[in-house]
Amino acid sequence: MTAMTGTAAEKSPSVDDAGNVPAPAAKRARGEFLFFTLRSKKFLISISILLFLALVAIVGPMVDSTDPLAQEMLPMRHPTLDPGNWFGTTYFGEDVFAQFANGLRASFFVGFLGGGLAAIIGMLVGFLAGYRGGWVDEILNMITNVFLVIPTLAVLLVITSYLQARGVMFEAIFIGGTSWPWAARAIRAQTFSLRSRDFIDLAKLSGRPGWKVIIFEIAPNMSSYLFLTYILLFGGAILIAASLDFIGLGPTGGMSLGLMMYSAVTWAALQLGIWWWFVPPGVGIIATVGALYVMNVGLDEIFNPKLREM
Amino acid sequence: MRRYFGRKLFTYLLTFFVAATIDWLIPRFMPGDPITVLVSKTNTLSPTAAKAMADYYTQLFGFNQPMPMQYLNFWTSLFHGNLGLSLYGNGTPVTTMIMAAVPYTLALLIPAILLSWWAGNSFGALAARRKWLDNTVLPVGYVLTATPYMWLALVLSFLLAFSFRIFPLSGGYGFNLEPTLTWLFFTDLAAHWVLPFLSLFLVMFGGWAIGMRNMIIYELESDYSRYLASLGAPQGLIRKYAFRNAMLPQITGLALQLGVIVAGSLVTEIVFAYPGVGQLVFQAIQNEDYFLLQGIFLFIIVGVLLANFLVDIVYVFVDPRVRVAMRGGTA
Repeated sequence: MTAMTGTAAEKSPSVDDAGNVPAPAAKRARGEFLFFTLRSKKFLISISILLFLALVAIVGPMVDSTDPLAQEMLPMRHPTLDPGNWFGTTYFGEDVFAQFANGLRASFFVGFLGGGLAAIIGMLVGFLAGYRGGWVDEILNMITNVFLVIPTLAVLLVITSYLQARGVMFEAIFIGGTSWPWAARAIRAQTFSLRSRDFIDLAKLSGRPGWKVIIFEIAPNMSSYLFLTYILLFGGAILIAASLDFIGLGPTGGMSLGLMMYSAVTWAALQLGIWWWFVPPGVGIIATVGALYVMNVGLDEIFNPKLREM
Repeated sequence: MRRYFGRKLFTYLLTFFVAATIDWLIPRFMPGDPITVLVSKTNTLSPTAAKAMADYYTQLFGFNQPMPMQYLNFWTSLFHGNLGLSLYGNGTPVTTMIMAAVPYTLALLIPAILLSWWAGNSFGALAARRKWLDNTVLPVGYVLTATPYMWLALVLSFLLAFSFRIFPLSGGYGFNLEPTLTWLFFTDLAAHWVLPFLSLFLVMFGGWAIGMRNMIIYELESDYSRYLASLGAPQGLIRKYAFRNAMLPQITGLALQLGVIVAGSLVTEIVFAYPGVGQLVFQAIQNEDYFLLQGIFLFIIVGVLLANFLVDIVYVFVDPRVRVAMRGGTA
């Protein structure tokens, strides 16, 4: 219904019964978008969780400047309700909260950068293959298929095991460089379906170069889809990084949530019953990635009227 | 038929070629020198001895030959099934060590994949557009699918093995047992298998349930479902058709997820010290045993490629459109 009145308004801005000039379509669409955004419980809950976690990750290490690897020369502390000891300490007297906050920061960093890099590569390959078609598509598709079936973690294992010193930055770049194929394939399919539309033909006829058509005509028409892809890549990068760190190939000299679990297992936290060592990092990852996935669905429902449950 | 499988097979062979080449390239072009690492592990102080040892290893691994020759040698030994000797296993062939670990990993992976796929799809299909079930299955599914495999393994092992002592904490079988064909050994093996299986099963279950639920909603919104409903078809029939259509992306999804699933089983095995491939990877990294690591890498690739091919074959049987297209018709 709203879509129909929208197109009518575009053709001739008419005056309705009450004498009000209807708002231009774009403005109304934005209003509708905002309305459904504020009504979506999925979106509101997930964005609150994510903002809270981001706050902990950014502000946490600033407020509590304890070095996550500093060992206090005291017996291990259980978590208690006393302020400053909610998370307790590890077997070696390292502050679990400091590790958690710093690890969360690393996770967000890897997700942001690794997911971003994967999204950029995926868009480049997907747009190019879908728009150009022909042999460019054949070759890019073959490359995508090859990378799609190679298990990412196995490749990362072999690559990172040879690096003596590893940083979070490197980790993010390697993850971004290997996790793009499914995004490329999805974007290619979307581009393919847009390519034969009239407005694209018109843009081509007007003599615009291909890259301009892609950036100004195709990409804006699937911007919501691209954003959703980025969210999923963000969450995926965090999970891959956690596995990699857990196997013992995490950042050297740094802190991450996967590394916390690695240390916990290596130093027999399980056999000694030190649950507060390995529970927080897992909860942090689940909350972050779970909120991202729920946000993905919430936004999908906002963007796509077909999925809204009335 | 030949064209479809020919294309697939070509992709897989190319993938194997690329993966094997990566495997060959990395030790040669990464910063850091494996031979220096090898020599330094022996704690030799005398520089002449270190020099002699470095020369010996260079000779042994053929690093003194020209690069193209090395690459050719690599493929020759690969075709002979020779992946080198393991340093961690004191000179045991890498292939032997992997072969000893593979049954454990497969015993975890195959039941976990098949059962979670079946259970997840059934639950997801049930939950779609049914308020009460949807409100319970959906949040649980999201939490499970966002859970890192090793964390669920840690928590399950803490609760069921450490606190309540229902299941053994770690290992593939009791330390006091030898692998024999006895009832005692078999029950012990099964008891050790339950927790790693369960953690793999649960994480995967969440993903399949959500995927199926979302697919069914898409299908129930589509024209053919609406048409059926307007004809007065019963809900059960419409759902049956929706399920059949929603199943296809889930099969493709299984193929795409294989890499992630294998990674999940690796980390799960590490938590339980389960004697599979994951534990072997962990030992290889801890002991800087690059031959073992590279061998496992190739092995995982081959396994995932084979599984992909299997999914391709299944897809032909499930999707009538592919079959029709193969006979030269158009669907």
